[in-house]
Amino acid sequence: MVPALKVQGLSKVYDNGFQALKGIDLSVEQGDFFALLGPNGAGKSTTLGILSGLVQKTAGLAEVMGFDVNKQSFGARLNLGVVPQEFNFNQFEKVEDVVVTQAGYFGLSRREARTSAEYLLKELDLWDKRDEPSRMLSGGMKRRLMIARALVHKPKVLILDEPTAGVDIELRRSMWTFMKALNEAGTTIILTTHYLEEAEQLCRNIAIINRGEIVRCTSVRALLANMKSETFVFDLMSQAPADLQLAGWVVRVVGEDTIEVVVKEGQSINSVFEALSAKGCLVRSMRPKSNRLEELFVDLVQGDNQ
Amino acid sequence: MSHLTVQWVALKTIVVKEVRRFTRIWQQTLVPPAITMTLYFVIFGNLIGSRIGEMGGVDYMSFIVPGLIMMSVITNAYGNVASSFFSNKFQQSIEELMVAPVHPATILLGFVSGGVARGVMVGVIVTLLSLYFTDLTIHHIGVVVGIVLLSAVLFSLGGFINGVHARTFDDIAIVPTFVITPLTYLGGVFYSISLLPEHWQWVSQLNPILYMVNTFRYGILGVSDVDVVFSFLMMGVFIVILSSYSLWLLKRGTGMRQ
Repeated sequence: MVPALKVQGLSKVYDNGFQALKGIDLSVEQGDFFALLGPNGAGKSTTLGILSGLVQKTAGLAEVMGFDVNKQSFGARLNLGVVPQEFNFNQFEKVEDVVVTQAGYFGLSRREARTSAEYLLKELDLWDKRDEPSRMLSGGMKRRLMIARALVHKPKVLILDEPTAGVDIELRRSMWTFMKALNEAGTTIILTTHYLEEAEQLCRNIAIINRGEIVRCTSVRALLANMKSETFVFDLMSQAPADLQLAGWVVRVVGEDTIEVVVKEGQSINSVFEALSAKGCLVRSMRPKSNRLEELFVDLVQGDNQ
Repeated sequence: MSHLTVQWVALKTIVVKEVRRFTRIWQQTLVPPAITMTLYFVIFGNLIGSRIGEMGGVDYMSFIVPGLIMMSVITNAYGNVASSFFSNKFQQSIEELMVAPVHPATILLGFVSGGVARGVMVGVIVTLLSLYFTDLTIHHIGVVVGIVLLSAVLFSLGGFINGVHARTFDDIAIVPTFVITPLTYLGGVFYSISLLPEHWQWVSQLNPILYMVNTFRYGILGVSDVDVVFSFLMMGVFIVILSSYSLWLLKRGTGMRQ
């Protein structure tokens, strides 16, 4: 089976001389839910731009469902749906027209386009807004409109470039449910996001890109299994002793009654509770300091930058 | 789905979108040329024209009507494509086309068809208005239809190239203001070039709009300062050159692809 996406030796040098990609290799299997993560300016959007035909590559190979994005652009584009970071629809067009017009660009008849648009706008809770000019929608609605537009021709591969940026928590969760269902129905999804919790919740495989190079490409499970340590925050019932030490753990007192404990690979959290009890500290609550993937991401990117 | 089916549906979609755009804002696109041309008919045709008498063997009102119709067609075809394409670039909605399997020739044909539709629609409106001021008889319908369509295509292509290269809204106003309007006024809309001294006649013959206006006038009145066959040939050559350049710009993604 051909990979949904294949990138080999892909590089991009912009007109101002900035090298955004330094010969990256990447392969995404069909049916995958894949995250492409990296700090701002790492090369994520450039990679997705090349795949979607909005950025001209300098060298290398880029394929969608086995079709070269330059030499076989018809096949590549027919199989691809793109949700960009920026709103890029005609703000004066009605919501339904934005979706129906895009369907026309992919060769769908007016009737097919209307049927598909109605289904998607209902799924994404935009049907009631179908006759409104798209500029009147809220930020979250505009994002959902771009998702509906990208899916109207039923692409096999969907690129989502920060689809939940600026979307409230409730809406984000409903979008996750929608994306999961879409993936389960067979659509390969490539996601970039700054919410690492989102990548951990949704994605099976992940590539971390930094300074135009792939730092790590593996499964989310394998990446998390490689965690060397994880930091937990403990809220105590009483004031934390300023000189609190626990043998075998790195402890930081960060507030009057709050401490952070770094738990290394192979260590048990139960032992932390026991050690704290022995010091007369009762725990009111405990939470991870940050998302696990976030911690790994910071380690990998910082390590690469040094 | 076959390549050809996709291109055909995409072309229809672009054309419908373009026509819907300029008809939705008819107060900005269809009414102003009607008002402007009516003023031309009243002031130049009726008030001043009555003192001028004949021009090129016909009364002055009849002489200027074909030129004014052609002027409307040219400016509206150009303005429609330049502003629509630039607006698509400005709002980044051009990316909707760039990520779709639409061939550059389909995109070009779609935008040009939109420009031709507006140019012809305004031309028809101005023609109907002119009937209030003068009696129009058509000398050669084939020449009239042919030259209107070719002129609208040629200036739509010009507007497209302007839209591709424009970086600001000012950039799409510069060419109409400083190139098209002067060339139109000097293109024999209001006078016959036979009135000019010989060397200025020669200079006027370098103005492509002179050929369009006079060929259209020939189609209506049967009088012309230029060779009609040469006009058609010249426009055909220009259309081929501008189409090729526009397609090259689209394939390269100039102003659209990084």
